[in-house]
Amino acid sequence: MATRSSTISVTTKRRHRRARASSALLGAAGIVLFLVAWEAVPRLGLVQERFLPAATTVIDRFVTYLFDSSFWASAGHTMAAWGIGLAISTIAAIAAGLIIGSSTFLRRATFTTIEFLRPIPSVALIPLAVLLFGAEIKSSLLLVIYASFWQVLIQVLYGVADVDPVAYNTARSFRMGRLARIRYVVWPTALPYIMTGIRLASAVALILAITAELIIGSPGLGEQIALTQSGNQVPEMYALILATGFIGVLINVVVRRVERSVLAWHTSVRGEAVL
Amino acid sequence: MTTVKNALYALGLPAALVTLWWGLTIDSTSFYVPKPGQLAVTLWNEWVGERFLTDFLPSVGRLTAGLVATILLGILLGALIGSVRWLRTLTEPLLEFLRAIPPPVLVPLLMLLIGINNQMKVVVIISGAIWPVLLNTVEGVRAIDTVLTNTCRSYRIGGLARWKYLVLPSASPQMMTGIRQSLSIGLILMVISEMFGSSSGLGFTIVLFQRAFAIPEMWSGIVVLGLIGIVLSVIFQVAERRVLHWYHGLRKAQRDA
Amino acid sequence: MSSNPDSTTPTLSVRGLRKVYHSKSGDVEAIRNLTFDIAPGELTCIVGPSGAGKTTLLKCVAGLLSITSGTIELEGKPVTEPPAAMAVVFQEYGRSLFPWMTVQDNVDLPLKTQGVPKAERAQRVAEALAAVELAHVPRSYPWQLSGGMQQRVAIARAVAYRPHVLLMDEPFAAVDAQTRADLEDLIRSIWHRLGVTILFVTHDIDESIYLGGRVLVLSNSPTVVQEDVRIDLPDERDQLTTRNLPEFAEARSHIYAQIQRAKTTTGNTIANDATETAH
Repeated sequence: MATRSSTISVTTKRRHRRARASSALLGAAGIVLFLVAWEAVPRLGLVQERFLPAATTVIDRFVTYLFDSSFWASAGHTMAAWGIGLAISTIAAIAAGLIIGSSTFLRRATFTTIEFLRPIPSVALIPLAVLLFGAEIKSSLLLVIYASFWQVLIQVLYGVADVDPVAYNTARSFRMGRLARIRYVVWPTALPYIMTGIRLASAVALILAITAELIIGSPGLGEQIALTQSGNQVPEMYALILATGFIGVLINVVVRRVERSVLAWHTSVRGEAVL
Repeated sequence: MTTVKNALYALGLPAALVTLWWGLTIDSTSFYVPKPGQLAVTLWNEWVGERFLTDFLPSVGRLTAGLVATILLGILLGALIGSVRWLRTLTEPLLEFLRAIPPPVLVPLLMLLIGINNQMKVVVIISGAIWPVLLNTVEGVRAIDTVLTNTCRSYRIGGLARWKYLVLPSASPQMMTGIRQSLSIGLILMVISEMFGSSSGLGFTIVLFQRAFAIPEMWSGIVVLGLIGIVLSVIFQVAERRVLHWYHGLRKAQRDA
Repeated sequence: MSSNPDSTTPTLSVRGLRKVYHSKSGDVEAIRNLTFDIAPGELTCIVGPSGAGKTTLLKCVAGLLSITSGTIELEGKPVTEPPAAMAVVFQEYGRSLFPWMTVQDNVDLPLKTQGVPKAERAQRVAEALAAVELAHVPRSYPWQLSGGMQQRVAIARAVAYRPHVLLMDEPFAAVDAQTRADLEDLIRSIWHRLGVTILFVTHDIDESIYLGGRVLVLSNSPTVVQEDVRIDLPDERDQLTTRNLPEFAEARSHIYAQIQRAKTTTGNTIANDATETAH
């Protein structure tokens, strides 16, 4: 009888466990190296400390902020602008995308308008936002919604375009209404694209929320960064920048996790881009 | 007949929107919304002239310099990191954090380190726009078809030739995706760097108009920004179609199979 | 012309080849012990049941896989990395051609990187494309061609390269029967013209008999050579008559029986049988 001479040897398991641990270690080493360099450069005088505070100074300020309720209030404002803007733009884009995408006429009629409006940088709307809303969260929302909407819309349109015509026509021959067709045929195909759109839009939304706060002065971390910069509180400014980085990472991680669980049933084989 | 039909599709909605805009503003004396004709005139007056040289060209110049540097640096670093395994493992967590920092917050930081000048604005563009290019290049360089890799190995195609004929072309679809994203980020950062800390440039001028409540002029600036965005997008699409024509052909063949 | 038909040293010499795969779920001994010689200019086919490690063997011989123990020698020199005198034609033709290059450039590339001068390259490319009957599509892209044509391009690329040994890993498995017949004849005609040594892996018994002068039947994994069959057919073959010869049917039933045996035979059973008969 044919037998495989394969035993899961202890050495093999150990080898692979070691490999995983060593890459985690190497990654951590990268961060440590960066921090060491950050500490050394200002302390050695390569760059003046008033322009580039040492890592430990910044981390100290950062920890102080963590115990400061006004910091959390600012962070809350930023997240509010981010979250509300993302939600509104996503819902609007999915609705618009599904409607436009499922009608050839609408797709062709809106093509040039979309291609025209989409590359317009949302920062161009900053002066308009200032005029209309001033230094309030509505300004942030205007920018966030405008930028995020296009991200999600484009992806939804891709998704609807990817629907298998055979499946769609089969649904039609079973006399499924438009809504049922969308629910059972279009939606599952479009869902991975929608998740990609949300992932891209969540990053863009954070950028625009912070931008609005930075330049217009609507409440949030961006506004705080502008204040610390004009008030020459340099280590505080760096600490706040660090905080926005952590928020960015947190958003990335959460969105990826959500994406994975939503699409767990769906074998998405598209070669997507990283961001 | 089809060309007429295509033209109608292309221009129909825009024409309808412009007409609507014109119709709604015919009698209005709205402060915020200029009439179409008024906007066109303002556009011409403001931007075709001295301002073209003092604000428009420098901005576009900085944007171009920033984007070119971004693409070159991004591809170089991305190719390096993507092909040296331990380097990728070493830098991965650090890069994940750095790219999560919203690029606009780096404007005050770079102002502090570099000062308020052209270099700062270009570095701002690079600091934000490089991430999509770099990370997409890393991914593209990693994911080369194993059959192609084995083919190159068996024909002993190595070194520079391997980069030129295998790695870079194979990664180019991914790289182009990254470049497309970096174009829009670069434009945003160009504007922000000029709105926040500057005394010239497109961003600065628009804010100036807004602060002076010169509304039609402000809108004209917005339109100019929009036009730059569109031109960039068109240039990119033309370049992409040329560089990736083989990729589009391949995908179409696979889909039709 | 590359190989020396008068030489008695084998072009390819495999001795005691052993290959063990290490993976997360354990070690797998794909090849236990393979020993055989290929004489210059021979067309040898390798058949075996699925999972017999045929592709593994080919990749080891090609220098693409490291071996656990044993020796592989090409013209007397050990193979540690892909040798210059060898060319490989893979099964996945669609993925072995560069989609960003034209047919012409694909065939040209190995010559270009070898430093062959431009004029000679152009001539060799043209000759190779003519040999595979693709002289009319030099500037097409691989994805514009049918599967059979793509495999011809891969073959042309190998031909232009002028290797001493040509390795083919189930090259016609993914192609329809009609195209396969044409490609088999193409291989034999190229073999006749160039006198190159060919090692041809296939799962198709008929194909191995039609093409080869010799068929190596492999056992199941962990693999050893189960039998080395000499094919007693005329040198001039054609699809219609050769396949109807009684010698062909004989060879086919013999090898078929061997394969059936091979499905239940592994390196372990052969060793067990040996120890049993020793009693």
